[in-house]
Amino acid sequence: MSLLEFDAVTKIYSVRGAGQIRALDDVSFTLQSGHTTGLVGQSGSGKSTIAKILTQLETPTTGEVRLGGKPIPRRGKGLRSYRQQLRMVFQDPFASLNPYHSIGYHIQRPLQLDNVVPKEQLDDEVRRLLGRVHLEPNTVIDRRPHELSGGQRQRVAIARALASRPQFLVADEPVSMLDVSIRLGVLNLLADLQREEGLGVLYITHDLATARHFSDEIIVLNQGRVVERGAADDVILRPQDPYTQRLRTASPDPDRHFGSATGIIGGTQ
Amino acid sequence: MTAIQPQPFTDDSDSVEADTTPTNAVKGHSRIPWRFLGGRALFYLFTLWAAITINFFLPRMMKGDAVTQYLARNRNVTPEAAEALRSLLGLDTDKSLLQQYVEYLGLLLRGDLGVSLLHGLRPVTEVISQSLPWTLGLVGFATLISFAIGTIGGAIVGWRRGSKLDALIPITTFLSTIPYFWLGLLAIALFSVNLGWFPIGKAYGVGISPEFSFEFIGQVIHHGTLPALTIVIASLGGWMLGMRNMMLTVLDEDYVMVAQAKGMPNSRVLWGYAARNAVLPQIQSFALSIGFIVGGTIVMEVVFSYPGLGKLLLDATNAKDYALMQGVFLVITLSVLLANVLADIAYAFLDPRTRQTED
Amino acid sequence: MKTSVNDTSTSRPAWTPETALINTLHKRRGGYGPDKPTFWTKLGSAFAMFRNGKSIAGLSILGFFVLVAIFADVLAPYSPTAIDNTARFQPPSAAHWLGTTHIGEDVLSQVIHGTRGVIVVGFLAAIIATTIAIIVGVISGYVRGWRSEGLSALTNVFLVIPGLPLIIIVASMFDEPPLILIAAVLGVIGWAWGARVLRAQTMSLRNRDFIQAARANGEPLHRIILVEMLPNLMALIAASFVGTVTAAILGLTTLSYIGVIPVTTYNWGTILNWAGAQGAFRQDQWWWYMPPGLCIAAIGVALSLINFGIDEYVNPRLRSAGERARAMKKKGLNVNDTVTAVRPATTASPSLPTENS
Repeated sequence: MSLLEFDAVTKIYSVRGAGQIRALDDVSFTLQSGHTTGLVGQSGSGKSTIAKILTQLETPTTGEVRLGGKPIPRRGKGLRSYRQQLRMVFQDPFASLNPYHSIGYHIQRPLQLDNVVPKEQLDDEVRRLLGRVHLEPNTVIDRRPHELSGGQRQRVAIARALASRPQFLVADEPVSMLDVSIRLGVLNLLADLQREEGLGVLYITHDLATARHFSDEIIVLNQGRVVERGAADDVILRPQDPYTQRLRTASPDPDRHFGSATGIIGGTQ
Repeated sequence: MTAIQPQPFTDDSDSVEADTTPTNAVKGHSRIPWRFLGGRALFYLFTLWAAITINFFLPRMMKGDAVTQYLARNRNVTPEAAEALRSLLGLDTDKSLLQQYVEYLGLLLRGDLGVSLLHGLRPVTEVISQSLPWTLGLVGFATLISFAIGTIGGAIVGWRRGSKLDALIPITTFLSTIPYFWLGLLAIALFSVNLGWFPIGKAYGVGISPEFSFEFIGQVIHHGTLPALTIVIASLGGWMLGMRNMMLTVLDEDYVMVAQAKGMPNSRVLWGYAARNAVLPQIQSFALSIGFIVGGTIVMEVVFSYPGLGKLLLDATNAKDYALMQGVFLVITLSVLLANVLADIAYAFLDPRTRQTED
Repeated sequence: MKTSVNDTSTSRPAWTPETALINTLHKRRGGYGPDKPTFWTKLGSAFAMFRNGKSIAGLSILGFFVLVAIFADVLAPYSPTAIDNTARFQPPSAAHWLGTTHIGEDVLSQVIHGTRGVIVVGFLAAIIATTIAIIVGVISGYVRGWRSEGLSALTNVFLVIPGLPLIIIVASMFDEPPLILIAAVLGVIGWAWGARVLRAQTMSLRNRDFIQAARANGEPLHRIILVEMLPNLMALIAASFVGTVTAAILGLTTLSYIGVIPVTTYNWGTILNWAGAQGAFRQDQWWWYMPPGLCIAAIGVALSLINFGIDEYVNPRLRSAGERARAMKKKGLNVNDTVTAVRPATTASPSLPTENS
């Protein structure tokens, strides 16, 4: 069992003409393989910054990220092998795939970069991954992103994230840009994959209902600070922090919606 | 030389280093945009330095020696006089390049641009100061008129999109793909030679000297109409196309829709909302293409034998009068920089956002 | 040149249609399987910005001039410098379609041969300028901090310094400047606008998710720039290339006309220089001064047509705005009165739900 530690991370951006922005303030949590952690907060609370730091697109101002007890190297092979262990699914499937390249290319690149399979098995592996996310390989492999629907694209993005066989997956609002009718399908797919591959998932969302349903543990973030954390049911049903309480009253009552499949996803914002 | 410039894209994407929402931001911007002004001032100083340095190196890269050329044309100059001329022009090569550079900067600071061989060793500043007003008057006036007509016209064409006015765009674009000089030559052939409406070339007639009289001013206007008109016609297309494209983009914005929904009169929506916002990139592109336009239009002076900087530059080039060439280039660059500063001020005046973000 | 773009029949794969999962967005032969991207389809999508009426018209005109330049020796009826003292200042005739000059040279042959210099310099200068623009623009758009600001300042300096006077001075340094040198100078002076536009676009691309995703996957920098970014910049690169060709052609003809570069090989500017010097404009010898000028204008129009097409490809609003307005007009509506025109309908059903979700 692997452990990813996010330890006392503070991130400060300097913005021209506007001084400094403290996007994250002393945030700590751990991800465990085989577990899903929900990260809840309104837009601007620092959720995306956490995703960027986890994927090493940004570096923390203070604090550090550790995988298996070892800090992440800044560059070179060490960074590459860390990135191979942690992949991300972006929020907007219309923006996260390069419009110029085919679906097959998108899945094939991480396989090549990390030498996951020998060259002659590349094509088979791409098809296997597409099948894994319930896409018909023959139909989509040579298409361009704009020829697919939003849900199909997000499945491609998930397949791409799985290609390097990571232990951890960051899903940054993976369904908020999708039609309400297909959100649940994508989330269930993520949940299935998480179970079958034993992934540690960080599920970033502003939707309390799905966070509770899919996460083991929930962290609530407000203005760059962790205001509440605990087992999913505790945080959602018995929130201690006033911010979480406000968040809860502002969103549709999770219990009322839990009965129907489509109702779950109709979050606010 | 009005090329089909790619339309400027909104490029303030770098203003905020992170695309996160400022939450804990301390928004402490002062009323006066010091940072913006400082950045611009630094840029202009840098450009000025670059222009001066280019100017310094140009004659030192040339193969032909100005004095040798001069001697070839004027036989009765003694070797001693030639030597004196060399040191006067700063062409004696005993000193190191750095030394020459420092001296050159010193001379510039004192406003000393050397002497012109072509104009009987008169100071370059004096020769230029005779030509500068003509260019500023003709090219400056014509460019402003063209910018105004093009921008207003482009706003109207964009507003009445889909109407017959759309045809104006290809027509003006066609006119701006024709080289200035050829358009000028055609204008002379048609209006001066065949129809006799306007005099051929020169800034004013023979037998009259510059003075403040109605006759003289009348002559200047009569002589300047054709060149000015050609500049306007040839450069109109770029402004019109740019403004129209910007209008089409702005008209799709929600605030224009809201203004209309509020029942605001169309003319106010057009000029007060849509055009006001569409003109901002237009001014920016005006500032940046001034150098381009001025460069192209001075060729016009050659065609019309107009006594401005363009003609001066060409005459100096043909006679290899380096001091004069350098001087003219420097003055043209300075004028363009000045025009840029003015455009910047206009931009900052029209767009309060300049106070927070910069180019 | 681009006729083969849509030809995918040779590469059509033989598998059975699989349309169960995909609602086919495929327009060409809907119902069949997707086309496998081959060299040709890839090339086709790389040139997608040229697939519209305006661009094709422009490319055709340009192609015509390129052919004339290539086959000038075959096409020209006379040598451009062949002197015929018996036929001076002659208006167009069967022997000389575009008349003759002051020493009896054939104007048509001069125009045909002159095409070569114009095309060569135009394209060479544009290649040089576009190369510099891509390097400076993309790098200054991708890196951050002082490096980016420095390159941007350099670009603006080149933009602000008046180019033509500088070229006049530089060209005067040489007695017989070769065409390559003129093209190089025009290119070195003309890259800045393209670099500026590319920088802005690269900056916005850099923050896009698919670039972030590539970085998070560990793609090396050179692949991010060359494979992920560059294809998405193709339309802008093409536009800046076309713009530079126009500027270079105008620059070359202008410099030739004012006699700064006495090029031994003919170009359209040189012809106009001779025509001007021999007073053709004052003696109504239109056959001498009209054709070269019209050729410059024609090539300018061709290049702007290409750029119009690219503009509309990059910014579809430019195209749709006019079409939408015309469509509304047909229904008797004025675009700028949309709100008032619809108002009766809204007042008729005041219970209409507000859609502000």
